[in-house]
Amino acid sequence: MNLRNLLLFGFVALLIVLEGTTTAFGLFGGSWNTALGILNMGLISAILALGVNMQWGYAGLFNVGVVGFVALGGLAPVLVSTQPVTEVWTTQGAGRLILALLIGLAVIALAIVLYGRLRGRNRTLAILAVLIGGFFLFRAVFDPAVDVVESFQPATHSNLGGLGLPVLLAWPVGALFAAGAAWVIGKTALGLRSDYLAIATLGIGEIIIAVMKNEDWLARGVKNVISIPRPVPYEVDLQRDPGFIDLAASFGSDPVTASTVAVKLLYAGLFVVILLALIWASEKALNSPWGRMMRAIRDNETAAEAMGKDVTRRHLQIFILGSAVCGLAGAMIVTLDSQLTPGTYNPLRFTFLIWVMVIVGGSGNNWGSVLGGFLIWFLWIKVEPWGHALMGLITSGMAEGALKSHLQDSAAHMRLLTMGLVLLLVLRFSPRGLIPER
Amino acid sequence: MDFLNAIVALLNFVVIPATSYGAQLALGALGVTLIYGILRFSNFAHGDTMAFGTAMVILVTWAFQSVGIHFGPLPTALLALPFGIAITAALVLATDKAVYRFYRRQKAAPVILVIVSMGVMFIMNGVTRFIIGVGEIRFDDGGRFIVNANEFKKATGLAEGLAFRSTQGLTILTAIIVVAALFWFLNKTRTGKSMRAYSDNEDLALLSGINPERVVAVTWIIAAGLAVIAGTLYGLDKSFKAFNYFQLLLPIFASAIVGGLGSPLGAIAGGFLIAFTEVGFTYAWKKVATYVLPDALAPDGLAQLLSTDYKFAVSFAILVIVLLFKPTGLFKGKAV
Repeated sequence: MNLRNLLLFGFVALLIVLEGTTTAFGLFGGSWNTALGILNMGLISAILALGVNMQWGYAGLFNVGVVGFVALGGLAPVLVSTQPVTEVWTTQGAGRLILALLIGLAVIALAIVLYGRLRGRNRTLAILAVLIGGFFLFRAVFDPAVDVVESFQPATHSNLGGLGLPVLLAWPVGALFAAGAAWVIGKTALGLRSDYLAIATLGIGEIIIAVMKNEDWLARGVKNVISIPRPVPYEVDLQRDPGFIDLAASFGSDPVTASTVAVKLLYAGLFVVILLALIWASEKALNSPWGRMMRAIRDNETAAEAMGKDVTRRHLQIFILGSAVCGLAGAMIVTLDSQLTPGTYNPLRFTFLIWVMVIVGGSGNNWGSVLGGFLIWFLWIKVEPWGHALMGLITSGMAEGALKSHLQDSAAHMRLLTMGLVLLLVLRFSPRGLIPER
Repeated sequence: MDFLNAIVALLNFVVIPATSYGAQLALGALGVTLIYGILRFSNFAHGDTMAFGTAMVILVTWAFQSVGIHFGPLPTALLALPFGIAITAALVLATDKAVYRFYRRQKAAPVILVIVSMGVMFIMNGVTRFIIGVGEIRFDDGGRFIVNANEFKKATGLAEGLAFRSTQGLTILTAIIVVAALFWFLNKTRTGKSMRAYSDNEDLALLSGINPERVVAVTWIIAAGLAVIAGTLYGLDKSFKAFNYFQLLLPIFASAIVGGLGSPLGAIAGGFLIAFTEVGFTYAWKKVATYVLPDALAPDGLAQLLSTDYKFAVSFAILVIVLLFKPTGLFKGKAV
C-alpha cells in the first residue's frame, strides 16, 4: 500500500461521501440512502471482482460465466432460509422429485463408470443406452412430481420452499453450489485451449439462468421469490422501537430516514467483515509458496510443468475457489435485496461488468480488484443519470420532435458504451490497471 | 395417408425451420471461423456485429419504404442489405484500425484479444441500442408464403398443412449463394488463396510476400458481410431484438467449434448439426407420433424431450461432447 493507492481509495471514498452529502452541479444524488446503496453493492462487487481476479489474475483462466455462478449462489438463500412448503413434502411430491434427481445423478454416474470400464463400440452403445434409457426413466419419475409441486398455490408457492434456517448460513452454501458447478465445468473444459474455457463457461452461465427461470419447483422461476428472511432488523420494527427513535433524535434525524440508513449500515458492516476476511486470505495465499506457484503456472505453463507442478489440477483448484467466491457474492446480493429475481441475471451486468472491474483495477492485484469493484460500480450507477443530464443539455436547444425524444430515451444505453470505452482505454493505455501487480 | 401426413408435419415443424435456422447459424459461424483462422482469436463481438448490421439494414429498409421503393414479392430488406454491409464493414474496419491493430502489432496473447473483443462488444451493443432501441422489431414485407398451409391442404387433401414462408425459402437460397461465392473466393481467387495461406502458416505466407494488413482487412469485410446477411435473415425469419443477437453467440460459437474452428466447411456442418438437434430436442413430437404409431402406442403427453427454453442447453451439450471426445472438431480445425 503506497501513497498512490491510498489516494485512489481515498478518491473513491470521496465520491461516495459526495454522493451522500451534496447535489453539486447535479452530479450527485445528495442522499445518504443512495450513497449507502452504492456502497453496499460496491462491497459485493469488490468481492465478485476478487473472485474473478483469483481466476484471471492468479491463474490466467478466462471465465465468462460469472453470471451463472452468481445466480447459483443466489439460489442458496431461497433453499436455506425460506420456510418449507410442508404441503408438498409428500411421497408423491417432494419425495418423488428428489428420487428423480437421484436417478438422474445415478444415470450420469453409471455412464461415467461405463466410460472408464468399456472400450470401443461396446462403450458407445452402452453409454448411449444408459443415457437415453435414463433420460426417459428420469422424465417418467420427474414430471408427475413437478406437476404436484407446481400446482400447489401457484400464486404464492408452487415450489419446495427452503429449510427455514438462518439466512447467513446460506452464504457458505451459495459458495458451495457455485463450487460444485465449477468442479463439473472445470473437469470438462480445463486443460483445453483458453478460448474453449471461455465458451464453455459462457454456455454454463446461460444454462444455469435458463434452469432458474424455468424450474418453478426450485425457486418459482420468473415468478420470483420475495421476502427472503434478513439477517438485520426490519425498518418498521426499528421505527417502533423507542430506543431507536431516541437514538435517531439525538442525531437530529427523523426515524424513517434513520431506520433505512441504519439497516443499510448494518448490511455494510456484514459485507465489510466478509470482504476484509477475503482480502486477508487472498493476500496470504498470493504471497505464499502456493501463490508463487500459481503465478509461475500462469506465466509459463510448460516450465511449471517441467518443475513437476500438476497444471490442470491447480487450474481446477483455483477455478473452483474463484467461482465459490462468486457464489458467495451471489448469495449476498439476494440477501441484500431480500428477493430472488432470475429475470434480472443479465450477462452484461454480472459477467462482463465484473471483468471491467478486474481489468480497470489491475488484474493480479487483490487491492486493485477491490478498487475496480467500487469505482466501476459507482460509474455504472451514475452514468445513467449523467447520461440523461448530458442528453438534456445537448437536446435543450432542439425543437420538440421525434429526434429529441429518441435521443433522450437512448440516454439509458450510455452505460454499456461507457463501460466498453473504459475497458478499451484501460487495456490500451494502462494494461496493468490502476493498481498494477507487483 | 397417415404416413404422408406425418411426413408433412415433420417437414413443416422440423425440417424447414431447422434448415433455415441452420443456414443462419452456418453464416454466423463462418464469420467467427474466418476471424479465428486469420486473426486467431474468438470474436465475442460477432453477435453484436450482427445486431448492428441488422439495425442498419432496418434503417435503410425504413428509408426505402418511406419513399415507396419496394422489392415486389421479396422483402425490401434485401435491397437494403448492400448498404447495411457497407456501413458495417466500414465500422468493423475502423474498429480494427483503432483497436485490434495495436494488439496484433504487439503479438498479444489470443486471450487478450478476446477481452478486447468483449470491450468492442459492449460498445457495439450500446451503439445498436442507442440507434434503434431495445424493443422487438419486425421488418419483413413482400409475399408471406411460398406454400400456404390452407392451399396446400386443399390441393392435396391431406389433414396436415404445409407452410413454407418466403423468409425461410429466402434464407436457404441466400445461404447457398453466399456459401458458394465464399468458397469460390477462397479457393479460386488470388486474395482468397493468400488468405488460406496466411491462415495455414503465417510465417511462410509473410515470406512469400503476402501483405498481412490486406489479408486482415479483406477478412474483416467478409466477416462483416456474413454477419449482416446472417443477422438480417434471422431478423426476417423471426424478429429483430438486440439482446437475442447477443444470445445467438452461444449456438454460433458451438457451431464453429463443433465443426472445427478455422474450418469453413466445418462451420456449415456445425451450424446444421446444432440447428437440427436443437429443433429435434425441443419439438413436441406428439403430432408426428400420433400419425405414425398405432393408436395404442400414441403418446399422452406432448412427447417433447426438452422445453424450448432449454435450446441453449442442447447446443451446449453437443459442444461439450465434441470438446471431450474430439477437441479439434469434426473437420480438423486448428488447435492452438
